Amino acid sequence: MTVMLCTRSLEKSFTLHLRGGIRMPVLSGIDLEVRAGECVVLSGPSGAGKSTMMRSLYGNYRADSGAILVRHRGQMVDIAAADPRTILGVRRETLGFVSQFLRVVPRVPALDVVAEILLMRAAAAAAAAEQARTLLRRLNIPSRLHTIPPATFSGGEQQRVNLARGFIAGLPILLLDEPTASLDAENRSVVIEMVLEAKASGTAIVAICHDADVREAIADRLFTMTTLQDAA
Amino acid sequence: MTDQTLLSGRGLSMTFGSIAALAAVEVDLWPGEVLAVVGESGSGKTTLLNVLSGRLAPDHGVAWYRDPAERLHDVHAMPAPALRTLQRSDWGFVHQDPRQNLRMSVSAGGNVGERLMAQGARNYQQIRATALDWLAQVEIDADRIDDLPRTFSGGMLQRLQIARTLVTHPRLVFMDEPTGGLDVSVQARLLDLIRSLVARLNIAVVLVTHDIAVARLMAHRIAVMQRGRVVETGLTDQVLDDPRHPYTQLLVSSVLSA
Repeated sequence: MTVMLCTRSLEKSFTLHLRGGIRMPVLSGIDLEVRAGECVVLSGPSGAGKSTMMRSLYGNYRADSGAILVRHRGQMVDIAAADPRTILGVRRETLGFVSQFLRVVPRVPALDVVAEILLMRAAAAAAAAEQARTLLRRLNIPSRLHTIPPATFSGGEQQRVNLARGFIAGLPILLLDEPTASLDAENRSVVIEMVLEAKASGTAIVAICHDADVREAIADRLFTMTTLQDAA
Repeated sequence: MTDQTLLSGRGLSMTFGSIAALAAVEVDLWPGEVLAVVGESGSGKTTLLNVLSGRLAPDHGVAWYRDPAERLHDVHAMPAPALRTLQRSDWGFVHQDPRQNLRMSVSAGGNVGERLMAQGARNYQQIRATALDWLAQVEIDADRIDDLPRTFSGGMLQRLQIARTLVTHPRLVFMDEPTGGLDVSVQARLLDLIRSLVARLNIAVVLVTHDIAVARLMAHRIAVMQRGRVVETGLTDQVLDDPRHPYTQLLVSSVLSA
């Protein structure tokens, strides 16, 4: 199958200028490859850089060196070197990220939060809303909550809104950071189903997932990461 | 998505006495893009806004604007009438204090309609209908259309200013602390309004703010200014979640979260 995402010698450190310029290396020499329809789960102890890796893949953190290649419109685009407008285009059409926590925008109802990416692509508003409604119902968010901004939702409800938001567009690459952490067993199995369906339709997935059952159900293989020693 | 910039600043420098308000600033803005300029008071962000919009001439450097016919204009070399026309049609301004932009002795509807009339609209019924539509878009009740702005609250005045600015469908809007001085609850409503209108009308915005949360909510890209220099620039979430410059790290770590 086609390689959808790969990294070459990816390096990432943080320099804390407010702490006397301490440099904390987090990722070094990372070569990851993910193919269409494959789910790779990052594993390793807390502090091994799994979340940093996810955020770097999404272009949220900036790599120090190395490449992050993403198949976008049939070509490999290097997220580590791309300009901001290219990255926004990749996020709109190719690369989705479901973070652990929903960033809530005041006054925007759950339905619009979920449909946002479709509307950014100039989809018809009514069709986008219908798709969002269907997905929210599938994730057991009752209709009466759809028109309410998710700020007041429970942690589990917010996470499901976030999942709906990430899955709605059928993006070819998805990054899932602890997608089931706040969910009960019933909703966990809905998410597993959704991940399996996405894989079957060719979506490449990178996930962080501490729940052994979920990992077992979705992972094709593990990518093991180790903690780097502080250089400072 | 076009590769042509709408507005570019090249080597913009300006000093006030011995103080460098702008030091070799380079900035680009693409159509439909929201760029936040952040930094503390005195960092030069408002000076940059005024220079880019032609209201202040820089000591050195050029600001280029590309008009709808793809012609490039040196903003500071344009004849004054041409610049004024631009400022009244293609461009818009949203000031922190709406009184700077509104005519306080003219009704709310008149304030919105005036911009249309300046562009040649003459049909009274149509102007009034458009004004009503815009008042609705900024969530001002239709029955306030004939009221004077001085009977409006601060948040309403700001929303009226937005309606007055956007009614002519500008391609580029300069905003200077549009939510500064408003209550937090009023701020959220205004930001949501601006955000959705700007996205729907595909308007490019240069937004000056000292509030990082506002920048995160509104902007595609961010430029961080300190002592007249742009010290860091990039995607908004990159710069705020993975700040590199010492000053940006200080700015981000100083934000109180509720």
